[in-house]
Amino acid sequence: MLSWQSNFLSRAFLWLIISAILCLYRVLKGPTAPDRAVAVDMLGILIVGFCAILSISTGRDWYIDIGLAWALQSFIGIMALAKYLEGKDFDE
Amino acid sequence: MNETIGISLIVIGLVFDFLGCLGLVRFPDVYTRLQASAKCVTLGTCGILFGLFLFKGFSATGMKALLCLAFILLTAPVSAHVLARGAYRSGVKPCKDTVIDQYGESINK
Amino acid sequence: MVSKILIFMLWFLVWLLLSWPPRISSFITGALVSAFVSFMTMDILVKDRPSGRSPLRYLWFVYYIIIFLWECLKANIDVAWRVLHPKLPIRPATIKIRTDLKSDIGLTFLANSITLTPGTTTIDVDKQNGYIYIHVLFLKEGCPDHDMRLPVVSKFERILKKVFE
Repeated sequence: MLSWQSNFLSRAFLWLIISAILCLYRVLKGPTAPDRAVAVDMLGILIVGFCAILSISTGRDWYIDIGLAWALQSFIGIMALAKYLEGKDFDE
Repeated sequence: MNETIGISLIVIGLVFDFLGCLGLVRFPDVYTRLQASAKCVTLGTCGILFGLFLFKGFSATGMKALLCLAFILLTAPVSAHVLARGAYRSGVKPCKDTVIDQYGESINK
Repeated sequence: MVSKILIFMLWFLVWLLLSWPPRISSFITGALVSAFVSFMTMDILVKDRPSGRSPLRYLWFVYYIIIFLWECLKANIDVAWRVLHPKLPIRPATIKIRTDLKSDIGLTFLANSITLTPGTTTIDVDKQNGYIYIHVLFLKEGCPDHDMRLPVVSKFERILKKVFE
C-alpha cells in the first residue's frame, strides 16, 4: 500500500468518529424511545464500516469477521427492540 | 488502479455516512430521521465494503465483505420498516409539518 | 422441487463465501451442512406456489437489480441534498397506495425497494385489501389522492410482477 493511501485511511477514522458522535447525540437527546432506537440501529451499521476500514489499514483480515457478526447480531437486536416498542405506550 | 477506485468508493461511503448522521440530528421527527439515516448510512456502508472488496480482490476477506454487503442491503430496510411501525403503534405522532396522515386514520378507525 | 434446490444452492453459496478459498474438504462439509440447514428452513422459506412460470424471470430479476441500484443512488443524492439545504425542504406525509402483488416474497421485495428509493419508507402492509402504507419525505401537490399510485412504486411493481407471479 502506498503511503498516501495509508495516510488517507488514518484520516478516514476521523469522519466515522464524527458520524458516531452525531448518532450518540441523538441517543442522549432523543425525545422519545423510538428516536434512540433508530440512532442505535445506525450506530450498528456504522461499526460494520469501521471494522472494514480497520481491516484495510491494519492488514489484519479477521476484523471483517467481527463486522459480519456485528451486522447479524445488531439486526436481531433491533427486531427484538422494535417488537418491544410495539407493545408499549410512549408519549412525548 | 483497483486500489484507487477502492479509495474513491470509500470516500463516497464516508461522505454518505456523515450526511446520514447529520440528517439524524437535523430532521424534526422520528419518521423523517429514519428516512435520512436508513438510506444514506446503508449506501455509505455498502460503498465502504465494496471498496474493501476492490482492495482485497477474490480473497477470503473480499468474499466476506461481499457477503456482508448483501446482508446489510437486505436487512437494513427491514429494520427501518419495523422501527417505523413500532414507533407508530407506540403512539409517536408525526411532526407538525405533516400534510396528510392516512396511516393514523386507518389505525384509529 | 426447483425452489428447494434453489434454497440449497443459496445456503451453499453462503458457505462458499464464508470459507473462501474452496478446498475439497470444505466442499463436502458445506454440502452436508447446507443440506441440513435447507431441510430445517424449508417450511419457512418455501410456500406452495403455482408452477409453470417462464425461466425468463431470472433475467427480469437481474434487470430489477440494476434498476434498483440506480434508483438507490438517486435516492441518496436526493436525501443528501435535502439534509444539506439550510431550510430543510420537506413536506412529510403518510399515504396509502394500492398494490397488485399477492405473494409474500413479492411484497417483501417491493417494501424493501420502496424503503431504499427516493423519499419513501414503508410503514405497514395490509395484505388482505392490497394496500401499502408509506411515509413520504416530500409530497408533491395533489399526488396520491386520485389513483393512489406513485410513479416509482408502479415501476418496481411492474418488474416484480414479472419475476414473482
